Amino acid sequence: MECIKFEYDVDGENFSSAGNASESVKRTLKQMGVSPVSVRRVAIAMYEGEINMVIHAHGGKAEVEIYPDRIDIYLKDRGPGIADIDLAMKAGYSTATENIRSLGFGAGMGLPNMKKYSDEMKIDSTVGVGTTVFLRINF
Amino acid sequence: MAVTLKTVVLDSEKCIGCITCMRRCPTEAIRIVNGKAKILYDKCINCGECVRSCKGGAKRPVYDSFDLVESYKYTIALPSPSLFGQFNNLDDPNYVIEGLLALGFDEVFEVGLAAELVTDCSKRLMEKKDLVRPVISTACPAVAELILLKFHELADHMLPVYAPAKIAAKLAKKQAIEKGVPADDIGIFFISPCPAKVYSLHKEEVSNEKYISGVLSQSDIYFRLVDKMNKIKNPRKLGKCGYSGLGWGSSGGESNSLGLGNYIHCSGVRNVLGLLTEMSDGKLDGADFVELNMCPGGCVGGVLNVENPFIARNRMRQLAEKMRIPPATMEDYGLDESFFIWDKQPAPSTSFRLDSDRFAAMQKLMKVEEYLKKLPGIDCGACGAPTCRCHAEDVVVSGGTLDCVKLEERK
Repeated sequence: MECIKFEYDVDGENFSSAGNASESVKRTLKQMGVSPVSVRRVAIAMYEGEINMVIHAHGGKAEVEIYPDRIDIYLKDRGPGIADIDLAMKAGYSTATENIRSLGFGAGMGLPNMKKYSDEMKIDSTVGVGTTVFLRINF
Repeated sequence: MAVTLKTVVLDSEKCIGCITCMRRCPTEAIRIVNGKAKILYDKCINCGECVRSCKGGAKRPVYDSFDLVESYKYTIALPSPSLFGQFNNLDDPNYVIEGLLALGFDEVFEVGLAAELVTDCSKRLMEKKDLVRPVISTACPAVAELILLKFHELADHMLPVYAPAKIAAKLAKKQAIEKGVPADDIGIFFISPCPAKVYSLHKEEVSNEKYISGVLSQSDIYFRLVDKMNKIKNPRKLGKCGYSGLGWGSSGGESNSLGLGNYIHCSGVRNVLGLLTEMSDGKLDGADFVELNMCPGGCVGGVLNVENPFIARNRMRQLAEKMRIPPATMEDYGLDESFFIWDKQPAPSTSFRLDSDRFAAMQKLMKVEEYLKKLPGIDCGACGAPTCRCHAEDVVVSGGTLDCVKLEERK
């Protein structure tokens, strides 16, 4: 099926640039007339994903495919990888440094929120190689 | 009858077709067509940013003429808090009230007083906890329009109460009728600091013949008023608005008066856009209340003011310190929440959708992406659209071909 594709680099050095990728995705969804509830779910899930890549993986890539009935998001990084995915998915668990927590990030809600706001989520991770998070949100 | 409302019109002779206003417009609602700035009214939120930024004074805010006041037998002026910040050495708000009476109004009802009542009602609504947090203030009509146009996902956060000007009009009319003034004789005039309030009150009120009969401009009334005020020696104690209501004229005044600990206030077009964007990403979920003012510094920054907003803020702060009147409550005026709460939810605008059919919209968006690969992406504005993306969207929606100087150069 035809889809609209976006690809973004997520800058690993810059917290304030996180959210830039979700910005044009939100614009597109609104121009398509996707419901506000879905736009919001996409925005939060993507933002959390972008922040995760900044905190843990020095940035990465966001690839987005928008279909008439859903959005598929691939967040790909070459970071340290996740050793125990079940543990990482637990609300409140975080490996973020004290430094990052002092900025108000690293509360251990990133992955749980991404799961909460998406309909499907898959994590594919290899320690030392990187992580790909797949998110699907149906409209 | 369909009413075509405009807040800002163009003086074509003065417009030189520069791209300043187009660049500054927060909703991409301006195009340069045949060398003149054209407003796309279906995307305009009436914020006044184009009026503020136009170097040649070609953007003219629309408001009612002062002469309209004469066509009513019993007239009530509604001065906004920001009006009180416009005068040099004003140490008593009653000079302004006496001045308005001297101008010919039969009565003055301070919008600041209504603001205190709105605060009282909002406080009670906030205590009930059933509002979606953070609650977004709807006192600034340009912010409300912006949410309904571009941030639909935040519409359920809007505080569902009428803005102080409307409450002032409702209450003033109620009191005048109770006094025995025939309803048909009453003319209620809001004196506005900004085109956004002119527009929203015209749309809701004037065109439906509700409470407000006309909306005047603060800058238009200023010189007439100064003239009268200079002749007043000992003003009577007429004002009922206290420090809390006066504070509403500056950004932060509304949230301050709510007495909440966890709130955010911000003003200025770019800041408001930035904050709404972060909210839609879920970033401000800890805050209880968000007060947004489109104009820098709050209503004192509206383009129908005379004084610099920050000088006016300083004056209002000093004036407020002298005003010892405690905030008015709903009991004082025998009102309950139903007097304040919206009769109906405002409908979100669909102007930003590229097509009412999602598949068709997607096809168009794919075409937009295709065009964007060709366009230089430098957002120079020479084509008459604020960004390359905007130009691509315009071409896709209205047909035609790309019109780009950079593309021409390459050929």
